[in-house]
Amino acid sequence: MTTANERITQELRQRARQLLESGQVAAFVGYTSGSMPMVMQPFVARTPEETDRLEWNSFCVLNLANYLPALLKSLEPPRRPGDPPPEGPLPKVGVVATGCWSRNMVVQIQENQVQRERLVIIGISSRGMVDRKKVLGLVGHADVTSVKEDDNSLLVKGPGLEQEINRWDVIRDNCACCVHPDPVIFDHMIGDLKGERKLGERFKQVEEIENMSVQARWEWFTSEIDSCIRCYACRNACPLCYCPTCFVDDSRPQWVGKSIEPVDTAIFHIIRAYHCAGRCTDCGSCESACPMGIRMRILTKKLQKDVLELYGTEAGMSLDTPLPLSTYKLDDPQDFVLTESLKGEKK
Amino acid sequence: MSDIAKKQAEWQPKIIAFLCNWCSYAGADLAGVSRYQYPPSLRIVRVPCSGRVSANMILDALRSGADGVLVSGCHPGDCHYISGNYYARRRFAVLKRFLEFVGIEPDRVNFSWISASEGEQFAEVATEVTERVKKLGPARHLVKEF
Ligand code: SF4
Ligand code: SF4
Ligand code: SF4
Ligand code: FES
Repeated sequence: MTTANERITQELRQRARQLLESGQVAAFVGYTSGSMPMVMQPFVARTPEETDRLEWNSFCVLNLANYLPALLKSLEPPRRPGDPPPEGPLPKVGVVATGCWSRNMVVQIQENQVQRERLVIIGISSRGMVDRKKVLGLVGHADVTSVKEDDNSLLVKGPGLEQEINRWDVIRDNCACCVHPDPVIFDHMIGDLKGERKLGERFKQVEEIENMSVQARWEWFTSEIDSCIRCYACRNACPLCYCPTCFVDDSRPQWVGKSIEPVDTAIFHIIRAYHCAGRCTDCGSCESACPMGIRMRILTKKLQKDVLELYGTEAGMSLDTPLPLSTYKLDDPQDFVLTESLKGEKK
Repeated sequence: MSDIAKKQAEWQPKIIAFLCNWCSYAGADLAGVSRYQYPPSLRIVRVPCSGRVSANMILDALRSGADGVLVSGCHPGDCHYISGNYYARRRFAVLKRFLEFVGIEPDRVNFSWISASEGEQFAEVATEVTERVKKLGPARHLVKEF
């Protein structure tokens, strides 16, 4: 019997092959397996033959939207700044998209980083991805040489190790609280749409911290980021972080020091997360990329919660809804403004 | 009064105030011209619009040793650039909650709307913000020692 992921892999290869053979796309972005178990490698197929290397499983944790702006650009004829845009349609790219990835594509389209007409999106309703770090934790950080996936379990093997793990125990935190598994934009679907998930405790991780005292929150924050080595993998893995010069690299003014001094690390994390406010889709790419196991996703989740509470919108749900922080309403809440709250007190 | 209590009462916090050129900066000017008294704790940075003030700037003030921050712009509807403060309002609402989430005391970072004719209100806000920051004491969390 084949598993769901094996069936997806087969169909994905077929679709990608057909797109490349017919010349509809110049490249197809998906995943292939790397040299380590549980670490998948983003992969760009440029010939029909290469599509045989495409694979789909529960370890496709990096958001593929991240690669689109640069890849699309690389397929345009070279031109100097100021040259007129090339005439005629530009080469297209095929890409796989789960719910959150597709929402990041919507954000990229809204922010003019990607053009919808240059994408052929193969949608997959996500079952949630597995957190490799959680698996390693369960097997006591033993050497793992192979992992075989079934629909609901993982068989983890290594020297002197053979352990079956329930897949749902090791699902990523962001996937466990995801309510929109379906792609919001796509050209072809593999499998069916699943519909919205109903989840009572969508923001549980955030609420636990909100309920602490100010001092306890500071302690939580600083201890969470304590081991950060400032490698910026979290930023590089994020499809929102396409700035030609990131604030961490600015030198005049220098917003943040380059060393791992705690103050600078804290400022880095505050600003990086804040730059994603109203744009983050909680894809978890940042957290999955972190070599130190830092859960910086909780920061963007908090922002997502507040934006939803204050403005009733979530990033990337539709091409027609403007991003919450690039629009406004005349009667947006403003009780946080001192002059407004003082007025209230006087009354 | 004990020595410590005395010192505390005398301590003047350093507060960075980003004031919009068209309203709050003129409001501060008017407060001065009209001789309204307010504590000498504000260091004013004139900005073209409250919409110019980014999270980076607010954090830079804290990192450079500010005990508090005040951002003040025109009243909603009165922005010289029509909508700068409407965008700013969303950004600041989210930023303020976020800074509280990571453990920055709510009263450290403040926002207000003050028009060019509101000299008295400016003095009031300056006094209020100073009092609040004084209660918290010197900032430590995001201050970088150079
Ligand atoms: S952290 Fe901010 S400045 Fe840096 S790349 Fe991301 S969005 Fe741009
Ligand atoms: S901040 Fe993290 S969770 Fe949010 S979109 Fe970027 S990579 Fe995804
Ligand atoms: S990926 Fe992890 S260690 Fe690297 S900068 Fe981000 S939080 Fe720090
Ligand atoms: S000009 Fe004063 S807030 Fe925009």
